[in-house]
Formats: sequence, C-alpha cells, structure tokens
Amino acid sequence: MNVLMFGWEFPPFISGGLGTACHGITVGLKHHNVQVTFVLPTKRKQALDTDIRVIAADEVLLSDNFERMLDKLSRKLSVQEKRFFTLSPYHTAVHYSREVFQTVDKTRQILVEQRQRYSVLDFSGNYGKDLHAEVARFGIIGEFLGITEEFDVIHAHDWLTYLAGINAKKMSGKPLVVHVHATEYDRSGDWMNMDVYNIEKYGMDMADKIIAVSYYTKNIIVNRYGIHPDKIEVVHNAVDKQRETERWGIKKALNEKIVLFLGRVTMQKGPDYFLETAYRVLKQVKNVRFVMAGSGDMLTKMISRMASLKIADKFHFTGFLKGVDVEKMYAMSDLYVMPSVSEPFGLTAFEALLFDVPIIISRQSGVSEVLKDAVMVDFWDVDKLADRIVQLLTNEPLARQVVERCKAQIQYIEWETAGYRIKQVYESLIS
Amino acid sequence: MVSLCFYFQVHQPFRLRKNYSFFDIGTNHLYEDDAENRAICNKVAEKCYIPMNTLLLELIERYQGKFKVSFSISGCALDQFEKYNPKVLELFQKLAKTGCVEFINETYYHSLSFIFSKDEFKQQALLHRNRVRELFNQTPATFRNTELIYNNDVARLVEELGYRTILAEGADQVLGWRTPNFMYQPVGCYKLNLLMKNYKLSDDIAFRFSNRGWEQWPLSAEKYASWLHSISGNGELINLFMDYETFGEHQWADTGIFNFMRALPAAVLKHPDYHFITPREAHLHYTPVSKIDCPHFMSWADVERDLTAWLGNPLQNSAIEMAYSLEKRVKKSKDPDLVNVWRKLLTSDHFYYMCTKWFSDGDVHKYFNPYESPYDAYVVYMNILNDLMETLKQRGI
Repeated sequence: MNVLMFGWEFPPFISGGLGTACHGITVGLKHHNVQVTFVLPTKRKQALDTDIRVIAADEVLLSDNFERMLDKLSRKLSVQEKRFFTLSPYHTAVHYSREVFQTVDKTRQILVEQRQRYSVLDFSGNYGKDLHAEVARFGIIGEFLGITEEFDVIHAHDWLTYLAGINAKKMSGKPLVVHVHATEYDRSGDWMNMDVYNIEKYGMDMADKIIAVSYYTKNIIVNRYGIHPDKIEVVHNAVDKQRETERWGIKKALNEKIVLFLGRVTMQKGPDYFLETAYRVLKQVKNVRFVMAGSGDMLTKMISRMASLKIADKFHFTGFLKGVDVEKMYAMSDLYVMPSVSEPFGLTAFEALLFDVPIIISRQSGVSEVLKDAVMVDFWDVDKLADRIVQLLTNEPLARQVVERCKAQIQYIEWETAGYRIKQVYESLIS
Repeated sequence: MVSLCFYFQVHQPFRLRKNYSFFDIGTNHLYEDDAENRAICNKVAEKCYIPMNTLLLELIERYQGKFKVSFSISGCALDQFEKYNPKVLELFQKLAKTGCVEFINETYYHSLSFIFSKDEFKQQALLHRNRVRELFNQTPATFRNTELIYNNDVARLVEELGYRTILAEGADQVLGWRTPNFMYQPVGCYKLNLLMKNYKLSDDIAFRFSNRGWEQWPLSAEKYASWLHSISGNGELINLFMDYETFGEHQWADTGIFNFMRALPAAVLKHPDYHFITPREAHLHYTPVSKIDCPHFMSWADVERDLTAWLGNPLQNSAIEMAYSLEKRVKKSKDPDLVNVWRKLLTSDHFYYMCTKWFSDGDVHKYFNPYESPYDAYVVYMNILNDLMETLKQRGI
C-alpha cells in the first residue's frame, strides 16, 4: 500500500510535537509494510535522517505550464497576502516586529534563519513569514503530485497541508485522511483566526476520514467543527523508545530540584499558570528552581511578570531548545509540568517519562487519556498544582512511584500500534 | 570674559557573553565576551580615540596653553585600554602631561551605585580617584556621577568627599528660566560648585552635526563660534559636555567632525573675550551666581533627562536590586577577583540594554544595544547573576 503524506514539520525541522509525531507515524506505518512518500515544504537542501522517501516541495521541478499557473495564482494571492502577512500559527514578538517592518517578499526561500543574533525570543520550525502564500503554494504542489505520483491514500497532517491533500484528492480521486494534531480552537480559544478555522473545517469536510490524536480532540472536532463523530477515528500518539537516553550522562551543576515547563510559550500551553504556580511553590520550598523552556508570543510577558514577582533567582528562561539541549534539559529536571489550557495530545509528557522525570499534566490534555496514573490537575487550579508540585518535590518515593506507574502505562504504547490503527483506517477506505 | 568648558566622557562597558544560558549556571564562570570587547575597543580606538587624541595634542601644542579640555574616563574603559589597546592609554597620558587637560573623577565601574549603596559609591569613587592619580599624576577635584545622574543628595555627598566642582545636565525642569551659562551652587552646599551642561550647544555637535535635515547643516566652526560669541554679556561659562565617541564614532570622520574641531579654537579665540577653561579652573575663576535646588534625580539621557533609561521597568528593577543585594556577601568573600567581577556587573549599560521604552520603534537604545531585545539582555544578565550567587553559595558565604 502506498500513501502520499503531507506534513509541515519533520525532524530536524520541528517546533514541537507535530514533527516528532509525523516521524513516529511514518516509522509505525513502515513496520506494517505501508510505503509512505512524505511531502514537506522544504528541507533546506539538507539530507534527512530517515529511510522513507521525502519530497521537499521547494525542490519539485514544475513544468512551464505549472509555473505559469503558479505565477497567476501568486498574483491573485498578492492581494490577499497584504491581509495575511502577519499570519503565523505561533507568533513571537520578534516575528511581529520583523513582519511589520518588512514588506512581503515573494521569494519564499527567505526564511526564519536569516537573523544572525541569537534571541530567547527566537522560534524554530518551518514557518516562513508569508505563511498563507506558502500554504497555497504547497496546495499547488499537492495538485501536481496528485497527478504524477502513484498512491492509494492521501494523508494530510494539520491545516497547513489540508489544501495540498484536497487538491491531490481532486486530481487523483483517491481517498483523503486528515490527521488532526491540533486545532485553531486549541491554539486560540474563543479568539480564533477564522481564516485558519475555515481551512480546517474545509479539510475536515472534504476528508473521507479524520484521525484525531485523542478523544479530547475528537470532542472539539465534533462540537466546534460540526463533524459527525462516526467520521472520526482516534489514534493516540506513541513514544519512540529509541530516543531513550541514560540520565547518568548529564551532570547537574545545580544542587537544587528543577521543575520544567517545556513547550511553546503561548496561551494554549498555559505558561502563565506555570509561572503563578512557581511563585506559590517558592513561598513554601526554597531548594527548587523553575525553568521555562521554549518561545512564543507570551514570552516577553512571562519574563516581565517573573521579574515583577521578584523570583529571578529561582526562575529561568532558556528560549527555544534544540536537539541535545532538549535532552539535557529533561535529564536535569526533577519534575515536568504540563499545565496546558487545551492540549490535543502532549507528547512532551512521554518524553519526560523517558528521562525518568515524574510528570504533572493538565486534565485538558489528550495524553491524560493514556497516562491514567499521572498526577493530574485542572490547568486553572494553580493552588492545587502548587500543592502537587511541593508534594512530588518533597516526597521522593512518591515521585518514583509516579514515574514507574506511568512508565508501565507507556510500555505498550508504540508507534507500531499507532501505525497499525492508521493502516486499518486506510484499508477501510480502499476496500 | 566668557569661558568654554569642554568635558568629554569616555566609557566602554565590559559586555557579557550573549549566549550565556541556563546550562552555564554553576559550571561556567566566564561572563565576558572578550572577543567582542576587544573588537569594539580596537574599532573605536581606530575611529575615535587615537585620531581625536592626536588632534587634541596637536591643538594644545599649536595654541600653547590657550586650548584646554577635560575628560572623565571610566575605570572599565581604562582597564580595557590597558588590556586591548595600550596606545590609547599612552596618548591620554601624553595629554595629561601637557597641563591643559583635566581628568575628572567618577565611579570606577560607571555604576548607579549612588542610588543603591552609598558605601559602594564611595569605594568606587576612591578606586577611580587612585587610578587617575596613578595614570595621569593628577588629584581630581571635580566629580561627575554616572550619566550625569544628579540631585541635591549627590551634591552633598560629593562635597563631603572633598571635591570642589560637580557636573550636571542643564535640564529645563531644574533650570527653569535660568541659563546654564553661569556657575551655580547646589542647595545645601557651601564649597561645591555646579557646572551645568548647555545641552543645546553640546547637542549641536554631539547629535545634530551630521544631520542633513537640520536647517543649520552643514555646521562650520565659524558659524558655531558665532553662536558662542552671541552669548557674550549674558553668561560667563559655556559647558559643552558630550561623549568622546562623538568624534569619529557617532559622527564619522567623513562628516567633517575632525576638521570642525581643528578649526574651532581659532574661530572661538578670534573674539578677545573668549577662552577655554577646565572645571578646576572654573572653580577658581568664578563665583556661583545662585543656588540650584534639584530634589529629584536628573541625568543627561533621553528626552526625559531622568533615570528611566536604566530603572523602572520590571526587568531593570529586578536585575539591579538583585545585583546590589549581593554586595555584603561578595565583599565578605574578601576575594578581589570576585569583587571585581561583581562590580563589572554593576555597570549601568547592562540595565540600559534592558530598557523597553523604545523597543517597538527602535532608537538610540537599539544602536548601542548588543542584544536582540531587552528581554535577551535580561535573561543573560540574570543567568550570570545566578551563577555568581551559586559561586557564593558554594563558598559557603
């Protein structure tokens, strides 16, 4: 069976769980003899560390006719671009100032990496500044590949790739699966960007089947997007145990407990609840430091707030972490807290467990469906969260117990299983 | 008789490593970006310090005692010249030997210590005083506080320390209807005299000189001298205070700034009533015309002429309060290296980089800011401060 799969992130070009999940899914599918062709906007001319076939959209050579089509479309788009030029799923202050002062550049090669100076406000991932135009162009590539590639099913991850998936379906007549890792509702709550919402809704309507990463997300799709529940299958994410790293490799320089938040510093992830909780914990426990790892539009606000709370000797910001630094960060931590306001899944909880770090997760997360023995709180209940943190920091046997129980639960959660479930979805569509 | 008093500020901070991260806390005690400090020091030396010092030497020689200037060189700058570019220091020493150059005292580390710790302020003033004496063979009688930060209390303490003259901004909110072109005396002082900057005439050189949008552009020495001469009869003392880096660095050589300065003494001295003076001599020549009451802090920074360039937002307050909270512990260590490291962290520039006043539209602050944003400046600074605290903790202090 052959699958044409569209995704926006793939290791090493990731900003969070999406890229990791896409990678895991391709591995899981390969295990069940499903051949995946993964289409990505760009791989920046690098070779990727994977044995599946990867097509970078910016390296696809189009015929003259297609070029003409693209030109015509981009002219049409330039009118829209003016409206959309600040569109980005994850804003940072740096993005914003850059966008406002630069006019939209048509040459889409100019991406995030141009800046030379490092900033904690920096953000990673394949998100250019004229994202809307990129999404549309990616759609054209989808149309092109829909004609030229051989496949049985189309699989598109999140709204950025839905247009490409829909176009490929129109060209080929093959069934389309859209995979929902996150929704605009998660990212923005009631303040949704309706352009994004409309693309999501369009993709869900055009799909033959929808895969949600959790029942939590399935609920949102049903209630907020008006999709019939029967059309939605839930396939939980899994964890790549190959990535397991021994803790002993890392020497912790600080003789204090470390409580970690790792994720985008955006409304969806609840960094403000983490900060307010830290303030409460520090009133009771002295021998602890808090680390907020990640970047996002709320980071400047978080830094200012932390400074106002006068806990700068106990609270630290790392900016966006890459590669080994992520692993180092987990390995140094004594507790991982995921206070997400709305979390479709929450792969970082798994990752923390791989490093034997006890976790506290919000009830408003998909991962809580799988890790039933994890310590859970409502994201808004900062007093309770503070209590739980103090408890786990001061009671070592309890912390060990949490890790062990949760690890027992993820023992059987493997990408092979997820791959099998996804293959079943494909098969139901083909037969 | 009208006297022109030139005072040039020379300062270079020890800039920190911009990539000092959370992971460095407790393991890495190298805070400074040695390569960048060296590069900047050498760049500015080449563009400004060396050519301008050479020019001043030439002018002093040509006018045989009639052309005079004064300098305040922060200890951080002196240390960096010694370390990276000794030639600059030699030229300053040559200037000192002419007898036409006064060296003014300030806090060694260009710090805001007056606001946070009087002890530290006194110690830094003394350190700098000794350094000036050792390098230039002069005992300073004039004091300028960091960034001309000034109020009645600063003046009183400076008088207590034995100085005869203090420099300050000629801010409108303090002077009101009065002109800065006389010598004044701070309220509550009886020996200390106050020289206030004529910011209009100073900024004509320091900021507007190369501005092509300015109606007076291009500014010739003759035109500028005529403005100075027009003050005759309505003032005794014109205080032209500016950053030394104005010459060649803020105003590049190709703007004609060096030629302007080369021509200025002759143009000024054409008028028989005009001459150049140093703050020390001003103290001997003139008597104060009136008392100046300045209960609130003022400075020479930004349009507000207050402290908001360094203090006021949560980042700045949190950083500086934590830095000064370590004073007792750091000094208790009796480790001169550690004290030096801590003091270098007190330099006002670190807090200037955290200023968010103009973050959105980019401004002078951005030009001097090595960081991408004030938030980066804060995060790096706090990581370093946390490492210093960790060091103290490990030593059991």
